[in-house]
Amino acid sequence: MTRDPIIQVERLAARYGDATILENVSFTIERGEIFVIIGASGCGKSTLMRHMLGLDRPFSGQVKINGVDIHRSTDEQFRRTLRNIGVLFQSTALFGSMTLAENLALPIVEYTRLPQKAVDQLIRMKLCMVELSGFESHLPSEISGGMKKRAGLARAMALNPEILFLDEPTSGLDPVISAEIDQLIRHINQSLGATMVIVTHDLGSIMNIADRAVMLDKKRRGLIAEGDPRTLRDSSDNPDVRRFFRREAKSESPAP
Amino acid sequence: MTSPGDEANGPADRDSSGRATYGIHWSESGDLRIELAEKLDVHTVPSLRAKIQEAVGSKTYKTLVVDLERVSHLDDFGALLISEIRQQAEAGGRGFSLARVPENVERILSLVHFDDESVCRPLPEKERPNILVRLGRASLGQFFNTRYMISFLGSSVLALLAVLVRPRLLRWGDTLTQMEKAGVDALPIVGLISFLLGLVMAFTSALQLEQFGASIYVASLVALAMVSELGPIMTAIVVAGRSGSAFAAELGSMRISEEIDALFIMGFRPTLFLAAPRIVAAMIVVPLLTLFSDIFAIFGGLVVGVTMLDLTPHSYIAQTMKTLTLFEVMWGLMKSMVFAALVAWVGCLRGFQTRGGAAGVGSAATSAVVSAIFLIILFDSVFAVIRSYW
Repeated sequence: MTRDPIIQVERLAARYGDATILENVSFTIERGEIFVIIGASGCGKSTLMRHMLGLDRPFSGQVKINGVDIHRSTDEQFRRTLRNIGVLFQSTALFGSMTLAENLALPIVEYTRLPQKAVDQLIRMKLCMVELSGFESHLPSEISGGMKKRAGLARAMALNPEILFLDEPTSGLDPVISAEIDQLIRHINQSLGATMVIVTHDLGSIMNIADRAVMLDKKRRGLIAEGDPRTLRDSSDNPDVRRFFRREAKSESPAP
Repeated sequence: MTSPGDEANGPADRDSSGRATYGIHWSESGDLRIELAEKLDVHTVPSLRAKIQEAVGSKTYKTLVVDLERVSHLDDFGALLISEIRQQAEAGGRGFSLARVPENVERILSLVHFDDESVCRPLPEKERPNILVRLGRASLGQFFNTRYMISFLGSSVLALLAVLVRPRLLRWGDTLTQMEKAGVDALPIVGLISFLLGLVMAFTSALQLEQFGASIYVASLVALAMVSELGPIMTAIVVAGRSGSAFAAELGSMRISEEIDALFIMGFRPTLFLAAPRIVAAMIVVPLLTLFSDIFAIFGGLVVGVTMLDLTPHSYIAQTMKTLTLFEVMWGLMKSMVFAALVAWVGCLRGFQTRGGAAGVGSAATSAVVSAIFLIILFDSVFAVIRSYW
């Protein structure tokens, strides 16, 4: 792969109050790859993602998206950068008072000049992409968890952003639907060329779709591994990393 | 700028928008050929589509061919453009075909199910259910609402009776917290409003009573009106706005995040666990708030009496005491206890009835306040009727 960084995280430190969550975290995400952030629960994966999106301010360090330091850019630059980003939140964050079609239409109507009929048709195509055709006028509360995830994905892709952030896209879903979502993510990555940044613990989906992964650790408050997940699983010299990938319990703490 | 097209025939129209270009010309076999090139995506399509549609619309042709060979990048906005051109051709009963589709474009078109009749063709207008159906649905909704209300009334009464028999059933910690929130925290606003109300009442009545030399009766008027009517009503309305809505919003969020279901599964009775502490807390603190409200209003009247009417504080207080009977005060406090129960009960009811998401919580809070105010006024009228037949 030719090197063409789209996101650069440099010496990022994150704190909430007095608690330091992350220290000295640096990595680069290349354009077009599927990049996975993994780690045990509570190690700061979501914190890292919130910082990469500019939702929280870092204690120190910087995050550059397309060369723009999002925490020190002007409002105008930041907004322009955000238009290249789509996010699927962990709880999907679909607006409960709007139908799926209205949820998708919101960014499309705001940022493009298309007549209503064209928008309607576009939304049908997008829902169809995530296998939800026919659910235009359903409310988020009327569909299942897996469907909500897919609808959230469709909304994240409403403007075909360059970068898609997916926070636990397969958590809480059955293996078949998880596999379908993985396949969908692959499809979208290949055909639309979007860079994907995925936070997950789903081992199956990591192995299926990830080009590259970084692993965070709670004790070290930072990265403990970076690379192809298959290589990490088979030949990492860090026992914590191998344990994670092999789904093993810690040997020193057997059940009492 | 690249100009796609068969130069022998000469392009009839040609334009570009951003990085996307198109050319329209007649092929040798007499078909109209549109050659799209470069990037057809979210940035270029919105401005390109109207131009192409206009150019195609002005031509008479038998078959339309869209040539995609030189398209380097296409997303679903591009697919939308092609699909709209197809609709335009098919609406006029003409033929349509794609030519020289690159592999990456093919992939997107299959991803959006381009050839699926139900997706990329205009949807028939959805029929609105007729008026009878809608009326029926609304009545059924009302019916179920009423049924739920009655069953909730029953379970609240049972919960309160259970608490009366065995006070240990009530969660006293939660009750105390609610008493603080609904009572202590409301004292400043209730006090201020009552003081101003007393001031205004004394002021308006003084203008009239002074003409008859009866300005001492300002004290009677303020005391009587406040203690028997305005104190309980005003306090109840403030509590409805502060706490009734809070109960509905809090229980509503618990309902939609399945916390109430969790309580039920753990074997708690949600009415006893959540509604009873709130209703009991309100019934204890609202009469006390009303008492404060009466005192502040009388003090407001006193300020007017002393400063404007040349009454001494002593004579004002003495006249107030002469007017008020213990029965009058207790009657007012009893009313306010009933109002408190109504406000808290309807707040919890609306909370339990919440459906949907964030919007549902909002309408639950609104509906809690509206229903509470209606119930307060309704029951106040009932009390007035009872007293007149006493």
